This record gives sequence, structure tokens and C-alpha cells, in this order.
Amino acid sequence: MSGKTALALALGLGLAWSAGASAQETVKVGVVLPYSGPFADAANQLDAGIKLYMQQHGDEVAGKKIEIVRKDTGGPNADQARRMAQELVVRDQVDILAGFALTPEALGAAQVATEAQKLMVVMNAATSSVTEQSDYIVRTSVTIPQLNYAFGQWAFQEAGIKQAYTLVSDYGPGHDAEASFSKGFTEAGGEILGSDRTPVANPDFSAYVQRVKDADPEAVYIFVPGGAQPAAIGKALVDRGLAPPETKIFAQGELTHPEALESMGETALGIITTFHYTLERDDPLNKEYVEGYTAANNGREPDLFSIGGYDGMHLIYEALKKTDGDTSGDALIEAAKGMSWESPRGPMSIDPETRDVVQTVYIREVQEVDGKLQNVIIHEIPDVKDPLHGASN
Amino acid sequence: MATIDTTRPSSEPLAWLHQQSRWSVFEIVFWLLALVPFFFFPTYLMLANQVAIAALFAISVDLVLGYAGIVTLGHAMFFGIGAYTAGILSARWGWGEPLSGLLLAGAFAGLVGYVTSFLIVRVQHLALIMVTLGLGLLTYELANAMSWLTGGTDGLLGVDSWDIFGYFRFDLWGYTAYSYSLAILFLCFLASRRIVNSSFGLALRGVRENLNRMPAIGSDHRKHLRKIYTISASIAGLAGALLTQTTNTVTLEVLSFERSADVVVMLILGGTGRLYGAILGAVIFLLARDQLAGINPQYWYFGIGLLLMFVVLVMPKGILGGLSWLVGRRD
Repeated sequence: MSGKTALALALGLGLAWSAGASAQETVKVGVVLPYSGPFADAANQLDAGIKLYMQQHGDEVAGKKIEIVRKDTGGPNADQARRMAQELVVRDQVDILAGFALTPEALGAAQVATEAQKLMVVMNAATSSVTEQSDYIVRTSVTIPQLNYAFGQWAFQEAGIKQAYTLVSDYGPGHDAEASFSKGFTEAGGEILGSDRTPVANPDFSAYVQRVKDADPEAVYIFVPGGAQPAAIGKALVDRGLAPPETKIFAQGELTHPEALESMGETALGIITTFHYTLERDDPLNKEYVEGYTAANNGREPDLFSIGGYDGMHLIYEALKKTDGDTSGDALIEAAKGMSWESPRGPMSIDPETRDVVQTVYIREVQEVDGKLQNVIIHEIPDVKDPLHGASN
Repeated sequence: MATIDTTRPSSEPLAWLHQQSRWSVFEIVFWLLALVPFFFFPTYLMLANQVAIAALFAISVDLVLGYAGIVTLGHAMFFGIGAYTAGILSARWGWGEPLSGLLLAGAFAGLVGYVTSFLIVRVQHLALIMVTLGLGLLTYELANAMSWLTGGTDGLLGVDSWDIFGYFRFDLWGYTAYSYSLAILFLCFLASRRIVNSSFGLALRGVRENLNRMPAIGSDHRKHLRKIYTISASIAGLAGALLTQTTNTVTLEVLSFERSADVVVMLILGGTGRLYGAILGAVIFLLARDQLAGINPQYWYFGIGLLLMFVVLVMPKGILGGLSWLVGRRD
């Protein structure tokens, strides 16, 4: 009985599926993202970036129609991402794999890209090693070491900080951030007074901030995941009297993300962050992008996920133009290598050797502009590569 | 099909048990249907593989939850331990032979199950849920903290499963993966079927129905519970190892609360206290998820929620319970 039901169900669903699929002269792009679960918001922002690019540039490239097939992973599930990538290849017969907001997703799908010889565009996942997992992977987002190694060097050379303390969340990205900032900073000549790691979930920062205060550093480097934590740590810092200009506060851009700034309020003033995309950057291309994005998304502003998706689509479009519509993985990856363009984030390119993103790193300070807190760019470091790829060779 | 009236105690208990363990035509058809994807849905083989693994995991939970009445919300712990054992063997020590890795993973998960079972049998009801939940969360955090071994939040890199028997390669379509998982599922199902249709299985049901009466009739219920908990942990470990070997990936998600909760949802959907309920629940949950997520990747859980509420309200004993009620069989 149960078996028959299952068969009827399977048959019905199978037929429904096969009726939907059949197309000629289209390029199918399979987008694998955590559309549901705790990272759904990131996925939606990234997806909105993809949509905006297609809306602005049309859905036809080199005489072929671009079709997007979306698959949900539900979160950092490598096995799910792998299965989705496999299904996209064998069932939906996609030509290009894209998306991948989280590192485990990218790592899970990498073997599929290699085996199926498909171009795989990583639009966010920020762990250095991602592009090394397959020769068909290209990344259009950012890497944590890329931002923070340059930041550490800048802190010593330009900001004149001699000693610092690091306080990071106790998980992969936090460890990467701590290691790369410390590396850049100490190689330039600085000294790390101490390093602490806070729990990823619901930490109470006061004890940690007190430890930092006791060490009395010139600057403290902070890395926490977005969401509720930026406001919590901002409050803890102010409560213990650890604030600029007496103590400089350094962080990666998520800490002073526009929405985080709103909840942090005045406490955010003077925080210095490193990032690859700044919403307020004064640039015609960026203005057009932000306007288009907010118009298409009920006033929601673009963030780092959106720009990763937007530039990812740009790379796919340009690569297809270069190959004149040839969708083989080998042709597309060759076309992607060394590609350079002007993005709303600034000039960027793809390293022909590592297939990783090369871009300008912006150092920003939170200032009050026209009564509103925003990230003001105070320094630009052009053409930054991920330092870890060089190190492993 | 003869209707079996289980309300009346049989004059011969052993004969009754034998009657229970006889194969019905439904069961044979069910397992033949499991082969259908090979011929008619070859593009769904990776999904079928995932269903087989989820079904195996659901069977392991059904043994403790459905038969022995141990309500657990932390069984992903053993699934994850199995997954990481197989993954670490391959990624850290370079041993990617699937069958031995699978057995080691099952054995290790069973060992951990045996040790924790001493804690489990001491508590009941709400406290039991809390203990299983707590153990699950502890294991998750432990794996996160030991990132030098497990790869932490990024997942374990470099898992590489060798060909089965040095011949069957894990292909992109999933022919090997599904065959492998289905074979292990079937073997574990046979073992579980033997267990629940034995006097030991009856004793477990006794514990579930009335914990206080079992000691009164001279049954050492704690020993029984420890035994089934260890067996269940071991099967969950096998399921985890299968997932690692067929996808070459392990992430912290294998230990997550969601996985523990999803498997309970599958059991409730299919019907607890029935092995086929566990399998059917896994089939329906994952097929529904796949199709709903295909329609709308963002809000597919909405559909699962509706389905769950419908089943719980209309068929409190799960889909299989409802179906067998419809055809007038009760067991």
C-alpha cells in the first residue's frame, strides 16, 4: 500500500518535472544558495544582485538566453550543496554552476565542477582555499585574508599603531581574520599584545572587553559575525570606556554594515573597518547600482552579498561573450582568467593563476555625515591579492 | 492477507513471533520499488541515495523512540560521529576504503552510544529529552572546537572514498552511491526487523508501554534499553558514514539539532513504532522537500509544516498508521 503510494507520487512528480524541462539555445546557470534557514537573508541579497544584473543587461548573451535554476541548501551543508550541484548537472543540465554563499557549500560542490567540467562561479564564500579545490572555480567576492592582511600592514605603516590586541569569534572565519590581521601587522613591525576568542553564539562580551582594557593596547582588532553581535560588542566597548580616539577600534566591514550602524548608534563613531564594498562610495557606477538595487528591492540597500552576485553575473556574461556562446567549462574558465572590469565596488580583476579576485581594499572610518552615521573611505589599497595563495605556492 | 488479531494473546508466544516475522507481499513489493529509480529516474539517484541514508537514520531512531520509548532529540550526535569517523579516516589518515571505514564508523558510534546509554537509562520524559539534546549540542560544540581534526565550520577537506571493492567508482549520477546505500539500508533493515520481532523486541515495547511494570515481572529494563541504544547508535553511525562516503564531504551540519529534529519529523510523518514508517517518512519528507524547494527555494518549509500538521491531525499514528487503519489492519 505504502509502496504503491510512493510509486504513484514519484511517477506523478517525475512526469511533472520532465514536462517542464526542454530548451534550445539557452545557457542554464544553476545557482546554489542557502535560500532557507539561518542564512536565507544573505542568499536573498545575493540573489537580488543576480536579478539586478540580468534586469539591467537583459537575459540574452552571445545570441543565447540565460536561464537561472535555483537550488536551496538550507545552510552550510556540504553534502546538500554537492547533491544540488550534481542534480543541476545531470537533471537540469546546467552549463554553469554559481552562487555558494558559504564556504562548506563551495567545498562540497567543487568536486562536481571538476568531474563535470563546468565553470563554477563562487559569489561569496570567503575562505582562501576555496579556489584551490577545483580548476574550474573562479571567485567574484572577497577573501578574509585579502582584506585583513592589507589592513594589518596599513595599521602599522599608515595609522602608526605599534601594538594591538585581537578579539575574534571562535570559528573558521574568525580564526582566518585573526591570523591574517596579525600576520600583516607583525610583518610590518607591530606587536600583538594578546588574542582572545569569543563564543560564536550569544556571547557576553564584557569579560573579554575588560581583558582587552587591562592589556591597554593602542588598538583592538575585532571580528564578529553580523546580526545582533555588532551592537552587543559596541555597547560592551563603550561600557568599559574602550573607545576611539584613546583606543582605536579595527574590524572587518560587517561590524559597521549600515544596518548594524543603526543599532549601534553613537557608539560606532570612529570605528575603522576594512572592506571591499562601501555603499556610500562616491562613484557614478556605484550610485547607479545602489539606486537600481534599492528601487528593485523595496528600498533595501545592497550589501557584500549583493555585489558578489552582481559581479558574478558580470563575469558569466563577459566570459560567454568572449567564448561566443561556447559553454564548455574549459573555454569559460580560460575566458575568465585575467578578466578585469569596473564594478560598482571599484576596479577588480581575476588573477589568471589562482582564479581568485583581485581588487581594491578600502579602509573606512565611521563618521557622522549630514546627521547620519556612515562609513567614510579614508584610504585605498589598490590591486590586493589574497596573500595566502602566494604563501602556499 | 490474513488479518492478524494481536489483541488476543496467542497460546503459543513463539508461534506468534514467527507469525509476525513472516514476509508479506507488501514488503516484497516495497523493496522492489526501491529499485525503480535505477531504471526510470536515473537523474534522481542522488536524491534516492539521500533518502536511503535518511531512512537508515530514521530506522535507528525508530528503534529507540518508536519501540523502546526513549524520546531523543540528539541522535544526530551518532550520525555525526559516524560521518566524522569515516571522513577523518580518509582525510587525515588517508584510508578511503569504504567498507572498512563504514564498519569502523558504526563500531565507534556504537561505542559512544554504549557509554552514553548509562546516562540515558537513568532519566525519563522531559529530563530524557534534555539529556539527549544536551549531549547532541555538546558533541556539536566539541567538533567545532576541535577544528584541527574536524575542519570546524568550513567542513572537513580532502575526503576521498576509494572505489568499492576496488571496482565500483562513485559516479556523478549516483548509481554506485545509491546501490551502496540501499544495500546497507537493506541489511540494517533485516537486522532491525529481526530485533523487533524477537522476545527482546517485545520486552522493549513493554518498557515503552509501562516502565514500572517491567521490573515487576522480572525484566531488567535498563539492560534492554542500554542494548537497544547501543545498537541504534551504531546504525546511526553507519548512516552518517554512508553520507560521508557517498558525498565526500563532512560539515558540522551532520551534528546539528536540525538533523535530530528532522528525523523525528520523518518518524512522525511515517508513523513511529514501525520500521516501514521510518522508511516511508524519510521518502515523503525528502521527496516533498525536493519538490517544494524546486517550486520555491525560500519557503519550502511552509509546505512541510502543512503536511506535518495534516498528518498529525488526521492520522495521529503517521501515514503508515493511517493507511493500515484504512485497510483494517492493526498491529
